[in-house]
This record gives sequence, C-alpha cells and structure tokens, in this order.
Amino acid sequence: MHVLGRARRHAVLWSVQFAYMAEYRAEIALWALSGVVPFIMLAIWQSAPLPGLGLDGPMLGRYFLSAFVVRQFTVVWVVWQFEEDTIQGRLSPYLLQPLHPLWRYVAAHQAEQATRLPFVMLIIATFFLLQPAALAFPSPPRLLLGVLAVGLAFAINFLLQSLIACLCFWSERATALERLLMIPTLFLSGLVAPLQAFPPGLARLALKTPFPYLIAFPAQLLSGDPLPVEGGFTVVGGFLAMALWIAVLLPLLSLLWRAGVRRYGAMGA
Amino acid sequence: MVVWLLAPLRDLRRHLVSLRRFWGTSLASQLEYQFNAFIELLAMVGNLAGSLLVLWLFDRQGVPLGGWSWAGALVVLGAYTVLTGFTSCLLQPNLSRIVTHVQEGTLDFVLLKPIDSQFWLSLRTVSAAGVPEMVLGVVLMVGAALQERGSLNPAAVLLMAAMLMAAALTLYALWFVLATTSIWFVKTWNATEVLRAVLTAGRYPVAAFPPALRTLFTLVLPVAFLTTVPAEALLERATAPWIGGSVAVACGALAISRAFWQLALRFYTSASS
Repeated sequence: MHVLGRARRHAVLWSVQFAYMAEYRAEIALWALSGVVPFIMLAIWQSAPLPGLGLDGPMLGRYFLSAFVVRQFTVVWVVWQFEEDTIQGRLSPYLLQPLHPLWRYVAAHQAEQATRLPFVMLIIATFFLLQPAALAFPSPPRLLLGVLAVGLAFAINFLLQSLIACLCFWSERATALERLLMIPTLFLSGLVAPLQAFPPGLARLALKTPFPYLIAFPAQLLSGDPLPVEGGFTVVGGFLAMALWIAVLLPLLSLLWRAGVRRYGAMGA
Repeated sequence: MVVWLLAPLRDLRRHLVSLRRFWGTSLASQLEYQFNAFIELLAMVGNLAGSLLVLWLFDRQGVPLGGWSWAGALVVLGAYTVLTGFTSCLLQPNLSRIVTHVQEGTLDFVLLKPIDSQFWLSLRTVSAAGVPEMVLGVVLMVGAALQERGSLNPAAVLLMAAMLMAAALTLYALWFVLATTSIWFVKTWNATEVLRAVLTAGRYPVAAFPPALRTLFTLVLPVAFLTTVPAEALLERATAPWIGGSVAVACGALAISRAFWQLALRFYTSASS
C-alpha cells in the first residue's frame, strides 16, 4: 500500500510537471538549440583529422551527434531552480510536504526531457540529411545499453549538481559554484573533444573523474561504433564506474541535505 | 540618417554625466560581493585552460587548424577572450534585464525617463567581473602575436584595436536585437543562450571550419568579423575588404539595432494593456 501510494504520488507529480513543461515548448526548443557546441566542434574535428585518432569522418559525426543527444538528456538546472526557491521562500512549504523536495526537481527534469524529445528527433533527422555518410543506427541491444547509460549519466549529473544546490543552505549564491563545475563538464566530458584525442595520461586522469561518464561513455555506446581499444571504456567497466559514482554521491548528498535542512532558517527568519 | 543614429550624442554631456553616475553606483554595489569576483576569476582561468587544451590537442599532433599556427590560433582565442570579457562587463548585465523589464512592466518607467531608452537599457550598469578577462585577452593576443611575428607594428596594434571595437559593436547589436524580440515574445533569454553557444565558434579561426559553415559565419552570423579579423589585423594579414567589411557590418548592425528598437517600441503596449 505504501509503495503503491508513493508510485501514484510520483505519477501525479510527473504529469503535472509535464503539463507545465509542455507550456514552455518554444523555450525548450531554444534550450535544445543552445546545445549546438558538439556540432561546432564536429565541424572542426572533421576539417582537421588527427592521425591515429581511430575515428574517421562518419564515425566522428556519429560520436558528436551522440554527444549532443546525451547532453540533451543529461542537462541539469537544479541549482538555479533551487536557489530561486530558497531565496523566494518557496522551499519552506515544500519541506513540509511528505515528499522529498528533490523528487519534485527530478520530475521537472524528466518532464522537460520528454518535451525535448521531438526537437532532438528533428535535429537527428536534419543531421543525417546533411551528413548522409554518417547514417547508421546502433544495434538494438547497443541502443538499450546506451539509453541506460544516458539515464545513469543524468543521475550522476543530477547528484553532482544537487550537492552544489545544497550549498544554498549556507550561501545564497550557489550558481557561482555551478559555473565552476561547468568547466570540467565541458572540457573533460568528451563534449568538445573525444577522449581518444587526449594524451594517454590526461585520458587516464579524466577517467578517474565522473565527467567522462556524463557524455563520452554514453555517447560511445549510442554511436554504435566499436568502443576504442585503448584509453577508453569497456561496457562492463563503464557501467561499474557509473554505479560506483552513484554509490559515492548518493550518501554524500543525503548527508549534506540533512545537515543543510538543520541549518536552514528560511529566508527572513 | 546619421543624426538619427547618433541621437543619444546630441546632448552628449548629459549622457556622459548620467553614465558616470550609473557606473559609479553599480561598481559600488558589486564591491559587496567579493566572493563572486573570486569565483568569476577562477571560472575565467578554467575556461581559458579548457580552450587551450582543445587547441593543444591539435597542435601536439602537428595539425594546423585551418592553416593557422599555434600562436596564430592563440591570437584568435585572445580576441575571443576580450569579447567574452566585454560581454560580462556590459552586455550580460544590461541586456539580459530587458526581458525582465518587459515581463514585470518596469519598461514603462524606463520609457518615461528623459533619456534615450536604448542608451539607458544598454549602459545602465557595468560589471567589473569581465575586466580581468579583457586584460587577459589583450595580453594573450599581444603575447601570441609577438611569438608569431617577433615584433609588433604600432599600426597593426591600432588596427587591431579598431577591429575589436567594431567587433564589440557588432556583438552588442546582435545581443540587443535578440533581447528586443522579448517585446513580442516576452521569454526570449533562451535565445541569447543560443547566440552565446553559436559564438563559441569564435574561439577558433574561421578557416578551421568547412566552407559552408565559413560562409554562414561570415554572412549570416558575423563570427569571422568578431575574432578572426581582429587577429588578422594584429598579425598584419588583414586585407582591405575584410577591414572594410568589419566596419560596414558594425555600422549596419548598429543601425539595424536602433531601427529594430524603434519598431519594437511601436508594438509595445505596456504591461497590463
């Protein structure tokens, strides 16, 4: 009964958020477009092929297209929302409800992703029209693994960003710190350069951080091309690392959240 | 035409006095947030390091980006850094507020002020956050140009400064036109995010892109005029058509932004009406 009640609560929450997000279709389309960076980088990488990269033109195309898609479904904006809710005092009623406030944000993100889906499909279709040589789809099992990896990547990113959002309990300006987190998310994740292009030392270092699992690993799975032999991921290793990061970040978030709520005095109190 | 374009300059002194007051008060209020300035500085260093990393990935394999040497590409990155600094100094703090003014109805108050509304909206505040970035960008440009050419010709430096000014005006006009569309669509600050994302292409010489994109970045979105032309001016590679083109684009964009604002105001029906 308890589990059932909880499931229904989430279903309601999700459908409310979806209705809300669907109102903002136009803005979300623009958001989707603001993820063009992988395509800009693709143009550069295809014009200046690196020797020994192991990625030819169409493979580069599929990699960066996949990186774009992964980014679309792993973007997290919980820090802004949470900061606004804290400053405006909306958090106080949320804390009183019998639902962890973070679930509200998870539902909002997932609803927004669902709204993005048609635009992303349109962009994928346009891409293959412009680069017919790159047209290839991953095998169904590979696609399934890719989708799973995207989901886990979203979870890791959401946990990371929520950790920063929790700092709102102490300081009202957590978005400034989010800007810092954005830098490795951009440069170490594989969004602007495939990890195979990194010198081996740097690639190994990057793989010790959560960032390559946010973009590069899911993107390599989705691209359908064979995973690179050296300096890259294996399917099992990649998923293990993702599980490990979630196992580290989840308790950390729970601890920080509890400490934060204890610290929270509501705005103006 | 010229009189109309330079309308704010008619009573120049009054505008300059206002400007000093505007910027004095906004800088004073920013001194309250020193922690933000520190983060801003860290973000600047991190972003530059990331951009250098990408350039280095090509350079270490000996692959020139669009025929540009490492030092040449650094000059372009320097120009990009200067313009990002300019964006956080003036464009971001002012123009992102236009949307809020429209949403909350405070644009009415702006329009009632005895001062040119485009002037007020574009220059009301200034943020010190972008200054280090602009300085760093200039240092990077000059340093890399010295490495590339051995010495610097003062005329080239002057030309580079002029081209950067033209680039800044073009960038301003682009942002302003996009922000102005909020009169019709209200929620358009996402559109400036799209602009910002596309402009990251300016981190690299325009020759590094395939021909179709090169045309797009020259004729439709003037990315080439923003960073590549100032860099070429400093490296004494700029040709007359590009220099003339850069000035023409800046003047044209400015005129369009002014005309577009007047047009938008004719459609503005104020909040709640």
